Amino acid sequence: MSADALGGTALEARGLDVLYGDYQILWDVSFRARRGEVVAILGPNGSGKSTLMNTLSGLVRARSGEISLGDRRIESLPPHKIVGLGLAHVLERRRLFPYLTVRQNLLLGAYHPGARARREETLADVEALFPHLRERQTQMAGTLSGGEQQMVAIGRGLMARPALLMVDEPFLGLAPRVIEQIAEVLTAINRERGITVVFIEQNVELALRMAHRGYILESGRAILEGPSADLLASSEVKRIFLGH
Amino acid sequence: MPRPLTFTAGLVALALLLTFPLVFTLPYPRDVMIRIFLYATLATAWNVLAGYCGQISLGHAVFFGTGAYTSTVLVKSLGLTPWAGMLAGAALAVALSQVIGYPVFRLRGHYFAIATIAVGEIVQTFMINWDWVGGARGLFIPIDRTGSLLAFQFRDKQVYYYIALGLLLLALWVTRRIERSRTGYYFRAIREDQDAAASLGIPVARYKQRAMAVSAALTALGGTFYAQYILFIDPESVLPLSLSILICLIAVLGGVGTLWGPLIGAAILVPLGEATRIYLGGTGKAIDLLIYGFLIMVISVVQPGGIMALAQRGRRRTG
Repeated sequence: MSADALGGTALEARGLDVLYGDYQILWDVSFRARRGEVVAILGPNGSGKSTLMNTLSGLVRARSGEISLGDRRIESLPPHKIVGLGLAHVLERRRLFPYLTVRQNLLLGAYHPGARARREETLADVEALFPHLRERQTQMAGTLSGGEQQMVAIGRGLMARPALLMVDEPFLGLAPRVIEQIAEVLTAINRERGITVVFIEQNVELALRMAHRGYILESGRAILEGPSADLLASSEVKRIFLGH
Repeated sequence: MPRPLTFTAGLVALALLLTFPLVFTLPYPRDVMIRIFLYATLATAWNVLAGYCGQISLGHAVFFGTGAYTSTVLVKSLGLTPWAGMLAGAALAVALSQVIGYPVFRLRGHYFAIATIAVGEIVQTFMINWDWVGGARGLFIPIDRTGSLLAFQFRDKQVYYYIALGLLLLALWVTRRIERSRTGYYFRAIREDQDAAASLGIPVARYKQRAMAVSAALTALGGTFYAQYILFIDPESVLPLSLSILICLIAVLGGVGTLWGPLIGAAILVPLGEATRIYLGGTGKAIDLLIYGFLIMVISVVQPGGIMALAQRGRRRTG
Protein backbone atom coordinates (compact mmCIF):
# COMPACT_ATOMS: atom_id res chain seq x y z
CA MET A 1 0.00 0.00 0.00
CA SER A 2 1.42 3.34 -0.94
CA ALA A 3 1.35 6.17 1.53
CA ASP A 4 -0.97 8.23 -0.69
CA ALA A 5 -3.72 5.62 -0.56
CA LEU A 6 -3.90 5.85 3.21
CA GLY A 7 -6.83 7.26 5.12
CA GLY A 8 -7.18 9.99 7.74
CA THR A 9 -5.49 10.21 11.09
CA ALA A 10 -5.85 7.14 13.29
CA LEU A 11 -3.77 8.35 16.22
CA GLU A 12 -2.16 11.68 16.82
CA ALA A 13 -0.18 13.18 19.66
CA ARG A 14 1.03 16.75 19.94
CA GLY A 15 3.57 18.28 22.27
CA LEU A 16 3.90 15.44 24.77
CA ASP A 17 5.97 16.17 27.85
CA VAL A 18 6.30 13.13 30.13
CA LEU A 19 8.05 13.07 33.49
CA TYR A 20 8.74 10.30 35.97
CA GLY A 21 8.84 12.32 39.16
CA ASP A 22 11.16 15.21 38.38
CA TYR A 23 12.93 13.40 35.60
CA GLN A 24 11.73 14.36 32.14
CA ILE A 25 11.62 11.48 29.67
CA LEU A 26 9.82 12.99 26.68
CA TRP A 27 10.26 16.55 25.48
CA ASP A 28 7.59 18.02 23.23
CA VAL A 29 7.09 14.83 21.22
CA SER A 30 4.55 14.74 18.42
CA PHE A 31 3.41 11.61 16.67
CA ARG A 32 0.92 10.63 14.01
CA ALA A 33 -0.30 7.38 12.47
CA ARG A 34 -2.72 7.38 9.57
CA ARG A 35 -5.41 4.75 9.08
CA GLY A 36 -3.99 1.59 7.51
CA GLU A 37 -0.42 2.66 8.06
CA VAL A 38 2.49 0.75 9.58
CA VAL A 39 4.62 3.09 11.68
CA ALA A 40 7.92 2.23 13.31
CA ILE A 41 9.26 4.01 16.38
CA LEU A 42 13.05 3.81 16.41
CA GLY A 43 15.77 4.99 18.68
CA PRO A 44 18.60 3.90 20.90
CA ASN A 45 18.09 2.49 24.40
CA GLY A 46 16.63 4.97 26.83
CA SER A 47 15.45 7.34 24.13
CA GLY A 48 11.82 7.15 25.34
CA LYS A 49 10.24 4.78 22.80
CA SER A 50 8.38 2.66 25.34
CA THR A 51 7.41 5.72 27.36
CA LEU A 52 5.91 7.25 24.23
CA MET A 53 3.90 4.09 23.57
CA ASN A 54 2.81 3.81 27.20
CA THR A 55 1.67 7.41 27.11
CA LEU A 56 -0.30 6.85 23.91
CA SER A 57 -2.16 3.92 25.47
CA GLY A 58 -2.82 5.75 28.74
CA LEU A 59 -0.61 3.64 31.00
CA VAL A 60 1.52 6.71 31.65
CA ARG A 61 0.08 10.22 31.98
CA ALA A 62 1.64 13.09 30.09
CA ARG A 63 2.37 16.29 32.00
CA SER A 64 1.21 18.24 28.98
CA GLY A 65 0.23 17.61 25.38
CA GLU A 66 -2.75 16.23 23.49
CA ILE A 67 -3.53 12.75 22.22
CA SER A 68 -6.41 11.96 19.85
CA LEU A 69 -7.63 8.59 18.66
CA GLY A 70 -9.65 9.26 15.52
CA ASP A 71 -11.57 12.37 16.53
CA ARG A 72 -11.67 11.58 20.28
CA ARG A 73 -9.32 13.23 22.75
CA ILE A 74 -7.93 10.47 24.97
CA GLU A 75 -5.07 11.98 26.99
CA SER A 76 -7.14 12.03 30.16
CA LEU A 77 -8.90 8.68 29.72
CA PRO A 78 -7.90 5.60 31.74
CA PRO A 79 -6.32 2.73 29.74
CA HIS A 80 -9.40 0.49 29.83
CA LYS A 81 -11.50 3.18 28.13
CA ILE A 82 -8.82 3.65 25.48
CA VAL A 83 -8.79 -0.07 24.71
CA GLY A 84 -12.56 0.13 24.32
CA LEU A 85 -12.09 2.86 21.71
CA GLY A 86 -9.99 0.55 19.55
CA LEU A 87 -6.38 0.96 20.58
CA ALA A 88 -4.65 -2.23 21.75
CA HIS A 89 -1.17 -2.20 23.23
CA VAL A 90 1.12 -5.24 23.41
CA LEU A 91 3.66 -4.50 26.11
CA GLU A 92 7.40 -4.93 25.96
CA ARG A 93 8.59 -8.40 26.96
CA ARG A 94 5.10 -9.71 26.18
CA ARG A 95 3.89 -9.74 29.78
CA LEU A 96 1.71 -12.84 29.51
CA PHE A 97 -0.01 -14.30 32.55
CA PRO A 98 2.41 -17.23 32.95
CA TYR A 99 0.20 -19.48 35.06
CA LEU A 100 -2.85 -19.15 32.86
CA THR A 101 -3.27 -21.22 29.71
CA VAL A 102 -2.80 -19.89 26.19
CA ARG A 103 -6.56 -19.89 25.68
CA GLN A 104 -7.18 -18.05 28.96
CA ASN A 105 -4.55 -15.46 28.07
CA LEU A 106 -6.22 -14.86 24.73
CA LEU A 107 -9.71 -14.62 26.19
CA LEU A 108 -8.53 -12.06 28.72
CA GLY A 109 -7.74 -9.80 25.78
CA ALA A 110 -11.43 -9.51 24.98
CA TYR A 111 -12.37 -7.40 27.97
CA HIS A 112 -14.43 -4.52 26.69
CA PRO A 113 -18.09 -5.28 25.94
CA GLY A 114 -17.80 -4.87 22.17
CA ALA A 115 -14.98 -7.40 22.01
CA ARG A 116 -16.57 -9.74 24.52
CA ALA A 117 -19.74 -10.15 22.48
CA ARG A 118 -17.76 -11.37 19.46
CA ARG A 119 -15.16 -13.27 21.44
CA GLU A 120 -15.53 -16.69 19.81
CA GLU A 121 -15.42 -15.21 16.35
CA THR A 122 -12.27 -13.19 17.14
CA LEU A 123 -10.67 -16.19 18.78
CA ALA A 124 -11.19 -18.27 15.63
CA ASP A 125 -9.71 -15.43 13.61
CA VAL A 126 -6.65 -15.14 15.87
CA GLU A 127 -6.13 -18.88 15.83
CA ALA A 128 -6.30 -18.82 12.06
CA LEU A 129 -3.54 -16.23 12.11
CA PHE A 130 -1.47 -18.33 14.54
CA PRO A 131 -2.46 -21.95 13.83
CA HIS A 132 0.25 -23.04 16.21
CA LEU A 133 -1.57 -21.54 19.19
CA ARG A 134 -4.55 -23.80 18.74
CA GLU A 135 -2.36 -26.83 19.40
CA ARG A 136 -1.04 -25.16 22.54
CA GLN A 137 -4.33 -23.84 23.85
CA THR A 138 -4.32 -25.74 27.17
CA GLN A 139 -0.63 -25.20 27.86
CA MET A 140 0.45 -22.68 30.47
CA ALA A 141 1.69 -19.55 28.73
CA GLY A 142 4.86 -19.43 30.83
CA THR A 143 6.03 -22.72 29.34
CA LEU A 144 5.98 -21.55 25.71
CA SER A 145 9.03 -20.54 23.69
CA GLY A 146 9.76 -16.85 23.25
CA GLY A 147 8.34 -16.75 19.73
CA GLU A 148 5.17 -18.54 20.78
CA GLN A 149 4.77 -16.17 23.70
CA GLN A 150 5.06 -13.21 21.35
CA MET A 151 2.35 -14.76 19.18
CA VAL A 152 0.10 -15.12 22.23
CA ALA A 153 0.83 -11.52 23.21
CA ILE A 154 -0.06 -10.20 19.75
CA GLY A 155 -3.07 -12.52 19.60
CA ARG A 156 -4.20 -11.25 22.99
CA GLY A 157 -3.94 -7.69 21.69
CA LEU A 158 -6.02 -8.59 18.64
CA MET A 159 -8.71 -10.11 20.87
CA ALA A 160 -9.76 -6.55 21.72
CA ARG A 161 -10.69 -6.10 18.01
CA PRO A 162 -8.56 -2.95 17.75
CA ALA A 163 -8.45 -0.52 14.86
CA LEU A 164 -4.89 0.23 15.89
CA LEU A 165 -2.40 -2.22 17.34
CA MET A 166 0.73 -1.05 19.13
CA VAL A 167 3.48 -3.58 19.72
CA ASP A 168 6.48 -2.75 21.88
CA GLU A 169 9.58 -4.58 20.61
CA PRO A 170 7.88 -7.53 18.93
CA PHE A 171 11.21 -9.09 17.96
CA LEU A 172 12.99 -8.79 21.26
CA GLY A 173 15.12 -11.84 21.97
CA LEU A 174 13.77 -13.94 19.10
CA ALA A 175 15.59 -16.16 16.62
CA PRO A 176 15.91 -14.77 13.04
CA ARG A 177 13.50 -17.34 11.63
CA VAL A 178 10.89 -16.49 14.25
CA ILE A 179 11.41 -12.78 13.60
CA GLU A 180 10.46 -13.42 9.96
CA GLN A 181 7.27 -15.19 11.04
CA ILE A 182 6.21 -12.44 13.41
CA ALA A 183 7.03 -9.79 10.81
CA GLU A 184 4.86 -11.60 8.27
CA VAL A 185 1.98 -11.81 10.71
CA LEU A 186 2.20 -8.10 11.57
CA THR A 187 2.20 -7.28 7.84
CA ALA A 188 -0.78 -9.58 7.31
CA ILE A 189 -2.66 -7.95 10.19
CA ASN A 190 -2.14 -4.62 8.49
CA ARG A 191 -2.81 -5.61 4.86
CA GLU A 192 -5.57 -8.17 5.24
CA ARG A 193 -7.38 -6.86 8.26
CA GLY A 194 -6.76 -3.17 7.70
CA ILE A 195 -5.46 -2.63 11.21
CA THR A 196 -3.08 0.27 11.74
CA VAL A 197 0.14 -1.03 13.28
CA VAL A 198 2.63 0.93 15.37
CA PHE A 199 5.70 -0.87 16.62
CA ILE A 200 9.00 -0.27 18.36
CA GLU A 201 12.17 -1.86 17.07
CA GLN A 202 15.90 -1.40 17.50
CA ASN A 203 16.90 -2.90 14.18
CA VAL A 204 16.57 -0.01 11.72
CA GLU A 205 16.78 -2.03 8.52
CA LEU A 206 14.20 -4.56 9.57
CA ALA A 207 11.85 -1.93 10.99
CA LEU A 208 11.94 0.35 7.97
CA ARG A 209 11.52 -2.60 5.61
CA MET A 210 8.21 -3.34 7.33
CA ALA A 211 6.97 0.17 8.03
CA HIS A 212 5.56 2.83 5.74
CA ARG A 213 6.92 5.54 7.96
CA GLY A 214 9.17 5.90 10.95
CA TYR A 215 9.88 8.16 13.91
CA ILE A 216 13.32 8.43 15.39
CA LEU A 217 13.70 9.34 19.03
CA GLU A 218 16.87 10.44 20.67
CA SER A 219 17.15 11.46 24.34
CA GLY A 220 13.41 11.94 24.61
CA ARG A 221 12.96 14.08 21.49
CA ALA A 222 11.49 13.06 18.15
CA ILE A 223 14.33 14.27 16.01
CA LEU A 224 13.39 12.77 12.68
CA GLU A 225 10.25 11.55 10.97
CA GLY A 226 9.41 10.46 7.45
CA PRO A 227 8.76 7.72 4.91
CA SER A 228 10.89 4.63 5.42
CA ALA A 229 12.87 5.06 2.23
CA ASP A 230 13.89 8.62 3.16
CA LEU A 231 14.95 7.56 6.63
CA LEU A 232 17.00 4.66 5.29
CA ALA A 233 18.87 7.07 3.08
CA SER A 234 19.31 9.70 5.75
CA SER A 235 22.78 10.50 7.01
CA GLU A 236 21.29 11.50 10.35
CA VAL A 237 19.99 7.93 10.84
CA LYS A 238 23.42 6.58 10.05
CA ARG A 239 24.91 8.94 12.60
CA ILE A 240 22.54 7.87 15.38
CA PHE A 241 22.53 4.15 14.82
CA LEU A 242 25.91 3.46 13.33
CA GLY A 243 27.90 6.25 14.90
CA HIS A 244 29.19 7.46 11.50
CA MET B 1 -9.24 -36.51 38.01
CA PRO B 2 -12.52 -38.44 38.18
CA ARG B 3 -15.03 -35.85 39.26
CA PRO B 4 -17.65 -38.13 40.89
CA LEU B 5 -14.98 -39.36 43.29
CA THR B 6 -14.17 -35.83 44.49
CA PHE B 7 -17.87 -35.15 44.83
CA THR B 8 -18.40 -38.29 46.93
CA ALA B 9 -15.39 -37.44 49.07
CA GLY B 10 -16.81 -33.97 49.63
CA LEU B 11 -20.18 -35.39 50.70
CA VAL B 12 -18.52 -37.82 53.11
CA ALA B 13 -16.42 -35.02 54.61
CA LEU B 14 -19.49 -32.85 54.99
CA ALA B 15 -21.42 -35.71 56.65
CA LEU B 16 -18.53 -36.25 59.07
CA LEU B 17 -18.41 -32.55 59.93
CA LEU B 18 -22.17 -32.46 60.47
CA THR B 19 -22.10 -35.44 62.85
CA PHE B 20 -18.97 -34.30 64.72
CA PRO B 21 -20.80 -32.43 67.50
CA LEU B 22 -23.11 -35.42 68.02
CA VAL B 23 -20.12 -37.65 68.75
CA PHE B 24 -17.96 -35.11 70.58
CA THR B 25 -20.32 -33.68 73.14
CA LEU B 26 -17.72 -32.00 75.36
CA PRO B 27 -17.29 -28.24 74.84
CA TYR B 28 -13.55 -28.31 74.19
CA PRO B 29 -13.32 -30.32 70.95
CA ARG B 30 -16.30 -28.39 69.66
CA ASP B 31 -14.57 -25.13 70.53
CA VAL B 32 -11.45 -26.16 68.62
CA MET B 33 -13.56 -27.04 65.58
CA ILE B 34 -15.49 -23.78 65.82
CA ARG B 35 -12.24 -21.83 65.83
CA ILE B 36 -10.94 -23.83 62.89
CA PHE B 37 -14.09 -22.91 60.97
CA LEU B 38 -13.88 -19.27 62.01
CA TYR B 39 -10.22 -18.83 61.07
CA ALA B 40 -10.71 -20.82 57.88
CA THR B 41 -13.55 -18.45 56.97
CA LEU B 42 -11.37 -15.42 57.63
CA ALA B 43 -8.43 -16.85 55.69
CA THR B 44 -10.72 -17.83 52.80
CA ALA B 45 -12.08 -14.29 52.73
CA TRP B 46 -8.56 -12.86 52.78
CA ASN B 47 -7.61 -15.26 50.00
CA VAL B 48 -10.13 -13.67 47.62
CA LEU B 49 -8.20 -10.41 47.73
CA ALA B 50 -4.67 -11.66 48.35
CA GLY B 51 -4.65 -15.12 46.78
CA TYR B 52 -6.66 -14.47 43.64
CA CYS B 53 -6.20 -10.74 43.10
CA GLY B 54 -2.65 -10.62 44.49
CA GLN B 55 -3.14 -7.74 46.93
CA ILE B 56 -1.55 -8.77 50.24
CA SER B 57 -3.51 -7.05 52.99
CA LEU B 58 -2.19 -7.00 56.54
CA GLY B 59 -5.09 -4.97 57.82
CA HIS B 60 -7.99 -7.37 57.60
CA ALA B 61 -8.64 -7.10 61.35
CA VAL B 62 -10.31 -3.80 60.44
CA PHE B 63 -13.12 -5.65 58.67
CA PHE B 64 -13.31 -8.27 61.40
CA GLY B 65 -13.62 -5.49 63.96
CA THR B 66 -16.20 -3.70 61.81
CA GLY B 67 -18.40 -6.80 61.87
CA ALA B 68 -17.93 -7.30 65.61
CA TYR B 69 -18.52 -3.67 66.57
CA THR B 70 -21.43 -3.00 64.21
CA SER B 71 -23.61 -5.87 65.40
CA THR B 72 -22.67 -5.25 69.04
CA VAL B 73 -23.41 -1.53 68.95
CA LEU B 74 -26.70 -2.19 67.16
CA VAL B 75 -27.81 -4.79 69.69
CA LYS B 76 -26.83 -2.57 72.61
CA SER B 77 -28.26 0.70 71.39
CA LEU B 78 -31.26 -0.40 69.32
CA GLY B 79 -31.83 -3.98 70.48
CA LEU B 80 -31.45 -5.08 66.88
CA THR B 81 -30.94 -8.82 66.38
CA PRO B 82 -27.28 -9.65 65.69
CA TRP B 83 -28.38 -11.48 62.54
CA ALA B 84 -29.41 -8.13 61.08
CA GLY B 85 -26.34 -6.61 62.72
CA MET B 86 -24.24 -9.18 60.89
CA LEU B 87 -25.59 -7.98 57.53
CA ALA B 88 -25.21 -4.35 58.57
CA GLY B 89 -21.63 -5.09 59.62
CA ALA B 90 -20.89 -6.68 56.26
CA ALA B 91 -22.43 -3.70 54.46
CA LEU B 92 -20.43 -1.24 56.54
CA ALA B 93 -17.26 -3.27 55.95
CA VAL B 94 -17.87 -3.09 52.20
CA ALA B 95 -18.33 0.68 52.39
CA LEU B 96 -15.23 1.03 54.55
CA SER B 97 -13.22 -1.22 52.23
CA GLN B 98 -14.03 1.04 49.29
CA VAL B 99 -12.96 4.15 51.20
CA ILE B 100 -9.74 2.48 52.34
CA GLY B 101 -9.11 0.91 48.95
CA TYR B 102 -9.34 4.13 47.00
CA PRO B 103 -6.05 5.60 48.24
CA VAL B 104 -4.34 2.36 49.28
CA PHE B 105 -4.72 0.58 45.93
CA ARG B 106 -2.54 3.25 44.35
CA LEU B 107 0.32 1.46 46.05
CA ARG B 108 1.71 -1.84 44.89
CA GLY B 109 3.36 -4.89 46.41
CA HIS B 110 5.09 -4.28 49.70
CA TYR B 111 3.94 -0.69 49.83
CA PHE B 112 0.33 -1.81 49.65
CA ALA B 113 0.91 -4.29 52.48
CA ILE B 114 2.60 -1.64 54.62
CA ALA B 115 -0.23 0.82 54.01
CA THR B 116 -2.80 -1.76 55.13
CA ILE B 117 -0.85 -2.26 58.36
CA ALA B 118 -0.99 1.50 58.91
CA VAL B 119 -4.75 1.59 58.28
CA GLY B 120 -5.22 -1.26 60.76
CA GLU B 121 -3.23 0.56 63.42
CA ILE B 122 -5.10 3.81 62.83
CA VAL B 123 -8.48 2.09 63.18
CA GLN B 124 -7.41 0.27 66.34
CA THR B 125 -6.08 3.47 67.95
CA PHE B 126 -9.25 5.28 66.93
CA MET B 127 -11.45 2.63 68.57
CA ILE B 128 -9.36 2.60 71.75
CA ASN B 129 -10.08 6.32 72.11
CA TRP B 130 -13.73 6.31 71.08
CA ASP B 131 -15.61 6.19 74.37
CA TRP B 132 -19.09 5.82 72.90
CA VAL B 133 -18.18 2.30 71.73
CA GLY B 134 -16.46 1.40 74.97
CA GLY B 135 -12.99 2.69 74.16
CA ALA B 136 -10.20 0.55 75.51
CA ARG B 137 -12.58 -1.12 78.01
CA GLY B 138 -14.52 -2.79 75.22
CA LEU B 139 -18.16 -3.84 75.07
CA PHE B 140 -20.09 -6.65 76.72
CA ILE B 141 -22.93 -8.09 74.74
CA PRO B 142 -25.95 -8.17 77.10
CA ILE B 143 -26.85 -11.72 78.05
CA ASP B 144 -30.13 -12.78 76.55
CA ARG B 145 -32.41 -14.85 78.76
CA THR B 146 -35.26 -15.45 76.33
CA GLY B 147 -33.38 -18.19 74.48
CA SER B 148 -34.68 -16.83 71.20
CA LEU B 149 -32.85 -17.84 68.05
CA LEU B 150 -32.89 -14.18 67.05
CA ALA B 151 -30.66 -13.29 69.99
CA PHE B 152 -27.76 -15.27 68.45
CA GLN B 153 -26.69 -16.59 71.87
CA PHE B 154 -26.60 -20.25 72.69
CA ARG B 155 -25.80 -22.19 75.79
CA ASP B 156 -24.83 -25.17 73.68
CA LYS B 157 -21.76 -24.87 71.47
CA GLN B 158 -23.43 -27.17 68.97
CA VAL B 159 -25.44 -24.30 67.50
CA TYR B 160 -22.33 -22.10 67.18
CA TYR B 161 -20.64 -25.07 65.55
CA TYR B 162 -23.22 -25.25 62.79
CA ILE B 163 -23.29 -21.48 62.29
CA ALA B 164 -19.49 -21.37 61.95
CA LEU B 165 -19.59 -24.30 59.55
CA GLY B 166 -22.27 -22.46 57.58
CA LEU B 167 -20.09 -19.33 57.36
CA LEU B 168 -17.16 -21.39 56.15
CA LEU B 169 -19.25 -23.11 53.49
CA LEU B 170 -20.54 -19.70 52.38
CA ALA B 171 -16.98 -18.35 52.06
CA LEU B 172 -15.87 -21.44 50.13
CA TRP B 173 -18.90 -21.26 47.86
CA VAL B 174 -18.29 -17.57 47.10
CA THR B 175 -14.63 -18.32 46.35
CA ARG B 176 -15.61 -21.19 44.08
CA ARG B 177 -18.04 -18.99 42.19
CA ILE B 178 -15.40 -16.27 41.76
CA GLU B 179 -12.75 -18.80 40.78
CA ARG B 180 -14.86 -19.96 37.84
CA SER B 181 -16.21 -16.58 36.81
CA ARG B 182 -14.88 -14.03 34.39
CA THR B 183 -14.20 -11.77 37.35
CA GLY B 184 -11.97 -14.50 38.79
CA TYR B 185 -9.87 -14.46 35.64
CA TYR B 186 -9.51 -10.69 35.83
CA PHE B 187 -8.40 -11.05 39.45
CA ARG B 188 -5.74 -13.56 38.47
CA ALA B 189 -4.64 -11.44 35.52
CA ILE B 190 -4.14 -8.50 37.91
CA ARG B 191 -2.24 -10.74 40.31
CA GLU B 192 0.10 -12.05 37.64
CA ASP B 193 0.80 -8.80 35.85
CA GLN B 194 -1.06 -5.66 36.70
CA ASP B 195 0.34 -3.60 33.82
CA ALA B 196 -0.45 -6.26 31.26
CA ALA B 197 -3.98 -6.51 32.66
CA ALA B 198 -4.37 -2.74 32.35
CA SER B 199 -3.02 -2.77 28.80
CA LEU B 200 -5.72 -5.30 27.87
CA GLY B 201 -8.36 -2.90 29.05
CA ILE B 202 -9.15 -4.47 32.41
CA PRO B 203 -10.05 -1.63 34.80
CA VAL B 204 -7.55 -2.73 37.42
CA ALA B 205 -8.64 -0.34 40.18
CA ARG B 206 -12.28 -1.35 39.84
CA TYR B 207 -11.55 -5.08 40.10
CA LYS B 208 -9.23 -4.63 43.05
CA GLN B 209 -12.04 -2.75 44.80
CA ARG B 210 -14.43 -5.59 44.01
CA ALA B 211 -12.07 -8.20 45.44
CA MET B 212 -11.65 -6.03 48.51
CA ALA B 213 -15.43 -5.65 48.92
CA VAL B 214 -16.09 -9.41 48.79
CA SER B 215 -13.19 -10.09 51.12
CA ALA B 216 -14.26 -7.41 53.61
CA ALA B 217 -17.89 -8.58 53.69
CA LEU B 218 -16.98 -12.21 54.45
CA THR B 219 -14.46 -11.13 57.09
CA ALA B 220 -17.08 -8.93 58.79
CA LEU B 221 -19.49 -11.88 59.02
CA GLY B 222 -16.78 -13.69 60.97
CA GLY B 223 -16.41 -10.64 63.22
CA THR B 224 -20.06 -10.66 64.23
CA PHE B 225 -19.90 -14.39 64.83
CA TYR B 226 -16.90 -13.90 67.10
CA ALA B 227 -18.66 -11.17 69.10
CA GLN B 228 -21.70 -13.37 69.65
CA TYR B 229 -19.57 -16.37 70.52
CA ILE B 230 -17.33 -14.66 73.09
CA LEU B 231 -19.90 -11.99 74.10
CA PHE B 232 -17.15 -9.48 74.78
CA ILE B 233 -15.16 -7.39 72.34
CA ASP B 234 -12.48 -4.76 72.71
CA PRO B 235 -9.94 -3.24 70.32
CA GLU B 236 -7.27 -5.60 71.63
CA SER B 237 -9.24 -8.73 70.74
CA VAL B 238 -10.92 -7.83 67.43
CA LEU B 239 -8.60 -5.21 65.88
CA PRO B 240 -5.01 -6.26 66.58
CA LEU B 241 -2.30 -6.47 63.95
CA SER B 242 -1.60 -9.98 65.21
CA LEU B 243 -5.03 -11.07 63.98
CA SER B 244 -4.38 -9.61 60.51
CA ILE B 245 -1.08 -11.46 60.39
CA LEU B 246 -2.59 -14.71 61.65
CA ILE B 247 -5.22 -14.61 58.89
CA CYS B 248 -2.47 -14.11 56.31
CA LEU B 249 -0.30 -16.80 57.87
CA ILE B 250 -3.07 -19.41 57.80
CA ALA B 251 -3.78 -18.80 54.13
CA VAL B 252 -0.12 -18.70 53.15
CA LEU B 253 0.63 -21.89 55.03
CA GLY B 254 -2.31 -23.72 53.47
CA GLY B 255 -1.69 -22.34 49.99
CA VAL B 256 -2.73 -18.92 48.65
CA GLY B 257 -4.79 -18.68 45.51
CA THR B 258 -6.33 -22.11 46.02
CA LEU B 259 -9.84 -22.90 47.19
CA TRP B 260 -8.93 -25.33 49.96
CA GLY B 261 -5.60 -23.84 51.07
CA PRO B 262 -6.97 -21.52 53.79
CA LEU B 263 -9.10 -24.31 55.28
CA ILE B 264 -6.13 -26.67 55.35
CA GLY B 265 -3.99 -23.94 56.92
CA ALA B 266 -6.57 -23.36 59.67
CA ALA B 267 -7.00 -27.10 60.24
CA ILE B 268 -3.26 -27.32 60.90
CA LEU B 269 -2.47 -24.04 62.67
CA VAL B 270 -5.37 -23.88 65.13
CA PRO B 271 -4.77 -27.37 66.61
CA LEU B 272 -1.03 -26.75 66.47
CA GLY B 273 -1.49 -23.61 68.56
CA GLU B 274 -3.66 -25.59 70.98
CA ALA B 275 -1.23 -28.48 71.24
CA THR B 276 1.82 -26.33 71.92
CA ARG B 277 -0.21 -24.34 74.47
CA ILE B 278 -1.48 -27.46 76.29
CA TYR B 279 1.72 -29.45 76.34
CA LEU B 280 4.29 -26.65 76.56
CA GLY B 281 2.35 -23.69 77.94
CA GLY B 282 2.22 -22.76 81.59
CA THR B 283 5.98 -22.61 81.98
CA GLY B 284 5.66 -18.86 82.04
CA LYS B 285 8.47 -18.63 79.52
CA ALA B 286 6.32 -18.67 76.37
CA ILE B 287 7.99 -21.87 75.18
CA ASP B 288 4.75 -22.86 73.47
CA LEU B 289 4.86 -19.74 71.32
CA LEU B 290 8.52 -20.33 70.50
CA ILE B 291 7.76 -23.86 69.33
CA TYR B 292 4.68 -22.65 67.48
CA GLY B 293 6.73 -20.04 65.66
CA PHE B 294 9.44 -22.55 64.95
CA LEU B 295 7.00 -25.03 63.41
CA ILE B 296 5.58 -22.30 61.19
CA MET B 297 9.10 -21.50 60.03
CA VAL B 298 9.76 -25.17 59.28
CA ILE B 299 6.62 -25.46 57.18
CA SER B 300 7.39 -22.29 55.22
CA VAL B 301 10.98 -23.32 54.54
CA VAL B 302 10.12 -26.88 53.52
CA GLN B 303 7.02 -25.98 51.55
CA PRO B 304 6.94 -22.31 50.51
CA GLY B 305 3.99 -22.89 48.19
CA GLY B 306 1.84 -24.01 51.10
CA ILE B 307 0.36 -27.39 51.89
CA MET B 308 -1.77 -27.27 48.73
CA ALA B 309 1.37 -27.13 46.59
CA LEU B 310 2.54 -30.31 48.29
CA ALA B 311 -0.81 -31.98 47.63
CA GLN B 312 -0.81 -30.88 43.99
CA ARG B 313 2.72 -32.12 43.49
CA GLY B 314 1.77 -35.48 44.98
CA ARG B 315 -1.21 -35.73 42.68
CA ARG B 316 0.86 -34.92 39.63
CA ARG B 317 3.35 -37.58 40.57
CA THR B 318 0.74 -40.30 41.05
CA GLY B 319 -1.51 -39.22 38.16
